[in-house]
Amino acid sequence: MKFQFESIADFIAMNGHGPYVWASYAITFAVLIFLLVSPLLQKKAFVKQQIKQQKLAQANNSASELTE
Amino acid sequence: MAWQWFHRLGSPRWFYEKTTPWLPWLATLSIALIVTAAVWGLAFAPADFKQGNSYRIIYIHVPAAFLALAGYYIMAISGAVGLIWKMKLPFMVMKSAAPIGALLTFVSLVTGSIWGKPTWGTWWEWDARITSMLILFFLYLGMIALQQAFQHRDTADKASAVLALVGMVNIPIIYKSVDWWNTLHQPATIKFTSKSSIDPSMLYPLLTMVIGFYVFYALVLLLNTRVEILRRENRTQWVNDLISTTNKRA
Repeated sequence: MKFQFESIADFIAMNGHGPYVWASYAITFAVLIFLLVSPLLQKKAFVKQQIKQQKLAQANNSASELTE
Repeated sequence: MAWQWFHRLGSPRWFYEKTTPWLPWLATLSIALIVTAAVWGLAFAPADFKQGNSYRIIYIHVPAAFLALAGYYIMAISGAVGLIWKMKLPFMVMKSAAPIGALLTFVSLVTGSIWGKPTWGTWWEWDARITSMLILFFLYLGMIALQQAFQHRDTADKASAVLALVGMVNIPIIYKSVDWWNTLHQPATIKFTSKSSIDPSMLYPLLTMVIGFYVFYALVLLLNTRVEILRRENRTQWVNDLISTTNKRA
């Protein structure tokens, strides 16, 4: 197995096909990264919201204990 | 005994806890495979004697298209299982599979379009394979829209499961499109029943990328399903306990 290009510049140019090849790879990797990051962010947001609700529920409980 | 695992699949909690230790393994494996295959395909695989370097798009175009189709099977089968056995978890898998499939179909359409320009001289052609893939993209979008069109979770799940099953008609059309209508898109490169029309020096990086995409798909589907489980079970004790422990650790 050997490197198929004369130089790095040659690798980037890909005999004129560079823009097509690199654009395809860039779009694909952008989508893959989005697919990976989006559920992680959604989980983070969910946990944050649940914690907020738990605290609210606790505050309500202690408030009702005081009034009783 | 043999069916125990199947009944456990009815329990989102069991599934959530069971899959937690899988995540780092799937992440490491998929990233390693995809990065290796990308470097291999871009820099070390030989150029195509007819297409030159533009063919290197195959290393992402074909795996994305494979997973766009495999993802549809997973979505439709999950929907069917949910309808037949009235289980909650398969519907969550089905819902999670729709946006992933839509994006992978989008990737295969866009990379195909970019590949088409230097190879066929056009960005778009109403070729049978391309058109049926576009229909697949719309089916995925329809699934996403239908999920949000109903007030009731159950109704949304059942309706989208039916749509997923009806949309299965499109899958054999996509597979056979290159044989039935011999227009622009080239026939399958990888064949399981006969010799592939691709040299091993190009085939191995492609297979590496395909496996990498499958593992990545499994990872992303799991992550999305797990979030969906938390959302739908947010009033249960086990989710509350889970949140409390992560809160304490943070």
